[in-house]
Amino acid sequence: MSEQSKITQDFFESPVVTSNLPPKEQRTKLLQALLDMDPDISFDDPLENDMVLNMGPSHPATHGVLRILLRLDGETIVSAMPELGYLHRGYEKIAENETYHEFITHTDRLDYLQPVHNNVAYILAVEKLLGLEAPPRAQYIRTMLSELARISSHLVGFGVMAMDVGAMTLLLWCFREREKIHDIFDLVVGARFTTSYARIGGVAQDITDEGLAAIKAFLDQFLARLDEGERLLNRNRIFFDRCRHVGVISAEDALAIGLTGPNLRGSGVAMDLRRDAPYLVYDQLDFNVITESEGDSLARYYVRLAEMKESVKMVRQCMDKLPAGPVHAHEPKKVLPRKERIYTRMEELIHDFMIVNFGVDPPPGEVYHAVESSKGQLGFHIVSRGEGHPWRLKIRSPSFCNLQALPQLLKGHLLSDILAVLGSLDPVMGEADK
Amino acid sequence: MGLESALGEGYLTTRLDALVGWARKNSLWPMPMGLSCCAIELMSAGDPRHDISRYGMEVMRFSPRQSDVMIVAGTVTYKMAHVVRKIYDQMAEPRWVIAMGACASSGGMFRSYSVVQGIDQFLPVDVFTAGCPPRPENLFNALIELQKKVEKSSVLDYRDRKEPIIV
Amino acid sequence: MNTTVESVVKELRERFGEGVEEVREFRDDVIVVLHRDALVDAAKYLRDNTDCPFPLCEDVFGIDAYERTKRFEVNYHFFSLDKNVRLHFKVRVDEDDAVVPTLTGVYPSAGWYERETFDMYGITFDKHPDLRRAYMPEDYEYYPLRKDYPLMGVPGDLPLPKRG
Repeated sequence: MSEQSKITQDFFESPVVTSNLPPKEQRTKLLQALLDMDPDISFDDPLENDMVLNMGPSHPATHGVLRILLRLDGETIVSAMPELGYLHRGYEKIAENETYHEFITHTDRLDYLQPVHNNVAYILAVEKLLGLEAPPRAQYIRTMLSELARISSHLVGFGVMAMDVGAMTLLLWCFREREKIHDIFDLVVGARFTTSYARIGGVAQDITDEGLAAIKAFLDQFLARLDEGERLLNRNRIFFDRCRHVGVISAEDALAIGLTGPNLRGSGVAMDLRRDAPYLVYDQLDFNVITESEGDSLARYYVRLAEMKESVKMVRQCMDKLPAGPVHAHEPKKVLPRKERIYTRMEELIHDFMIVNFGVDPPPGEVYHAVESSKGQLGFHIVSRGEGHPWRLKIRSPSFCNLQALPQLLKGHLLSDILAVLGSLDPVMGEADK
Repeated sequence: MGLESALGEGYLTTRLDALVGWARKNSLWPMPMGLSCCAIELMSAGDPRHDISRYGMEVMRFSPRQSDVMIVAGTVTYKMAHVVRKIYDQMAEPRWVIAMGACASSGGMFRSYSVVQGIDQFLPVDVFTAGCPPRPENLFNALIELQKKVEKSSVLDYRDRKEPIIV
Repeated sequence: MNTTVESVVKELRERFGEGVEEVREFRDDVIVVLHRDALVDAAKYLRDNTDCPFPLCEDVFGIDAYERTKRFEVNYHFFSLDKNVRLHFKVRVDEDDAVVPTLTGVYPSAGWYERETFDMYGITFDKHPDLRRAYMPEDYEYYPLRKDYPLMGVPGDLPLPKRG
């Protein structure tokens, strides 16, 4: 049997799609007809046959390049199987060939809705490996910008979900707010979208008063704007009917299948690494972990909505508590020196040369550090052999793990419910495919 | 303007090329082939601030049959390349391609086993756009350059592309 | 070492004896190196014990140790929601016999993680219900994250459509 037919056979005999399949002999007949390219195949009972529908990889509502294979009985989904890899960029292989500093830019493109947050998550793992801690001011700035990034990511999740079920207006409103956050990043970081802001032992540059004022101005008007959007959806019968009781998953099932983040909290499990395993300065902030008990698409939407408000609270607290001081740790062999010093001092020039060309010198060992990103638990596992580049860097990407629940969530629903479920899961393919 | 004076007022003569070019130029409907990060900037280009409809291009069509210009926004992997090509093949002539961002233009920062190092390996590209991702302004720049090119092209042989434009 | 983790590790040692090959700690991350025969039972114990249950399997992934006698390592992360602690398992396998029992029976979430590991390293998971490639095309013949596979791939291994 050729390779191709082997694959086809595997598909037809895969245990995942066995439920409600036509009987074995019909399947074999169908397979044989497919292999022989015989168009004249007929069955005794044609209504017994389910239809296999391909959704994606180029589809406006699949959040990028996700492909879902659906087995349909009329309009009801019998089984679904996501197919990934259309955006597999080989991050983990690239990481093994680059120094720790070089890889920062790649983390921007992982979950491209919240680049700052990924930078910080990666740097925290590297700092854990190096046994290094950034000074308090840097930690506060990181927290502040991470939360802003979380807002901007939830805004897209929120807007796109609304658009998928038919409320286009909200997407435009969300992007209007996102542009304001982009402006803040432009001011603070120097780039509006792909930020590459965090550095080992600190951040790229200190935040200015102008930047702080811009953040404050944004926060002052944001809740009112969010409220507008909320009013638009929360009184919308269509939106409610499409999302309520759709894609329900219980707390036990959600944990077993590996959901994290807002999707898990939508099922009533109060797991939030910001509170459970605090990193950055989250242990000094006062915030609530939002949970909803229903576990349907609507619950996940509510969690995201409420989390944006919590994030606003957190950014405000960070701004109040922001301490003065340096934004770089004093570790000349690990932290990149300032540019003006490289040009004027011998020591810094040498350190810069060594760090850029050979990388920092971590001890051999394995570390794992996870943070609560807007999609779920984003973790980096670094295996170091004492070289300037990681021996192995594993990215635990929340979107990949969340997508795993999709077959379970879709089963028994109608074809059009896919959009409501997928929108509420809020996957980002850059991260899911790595 | 000899002919026009003979025909009297109310008539305008022009070359068919110029007329069709003008019409095509102002109604380029994009097929947003959003693949990764650039797709988000492509969405930003449509938001109230940047407002892509100023150039007559807000009619984003997700069906290749209804669109004129494919904006390949993002990293194209080998697995995805076949899909991109298939969608391009489904587009009606005349059709144009914009490679948005470094990844689509050259593979960008992803020098790895799974990323196609530039979509010009399997697609004819009209405009390459720099940036990772390009700001919406640069995308508009690419669109305007494409409009110029479309305006100048011939009806019968719109494919007389000499060099791709790089913005 | 955190006292909760310490008691779990102690219990694992008692229950599985030789099955626990080594316990390593680095920067508060505790890695229990297990023999592959003990893996499924150890995971079952982790999930079902009452003192400190670990209901969440966060990740499964491979490491290519390359020059060591047992070439591949498979790592597992577990998280306990009650005590907020994390525990790592590690299983070492030989290149010629790169087979690890699947954890899908204990943690359904391991399904896709194991598929990814299979895709990247060619480590097979015994009795996995759906062991297909996760990212690469199904007819692809290499395992990209192995250390002997070049970064830019093998020229011509993945076809491109014709430009035409």
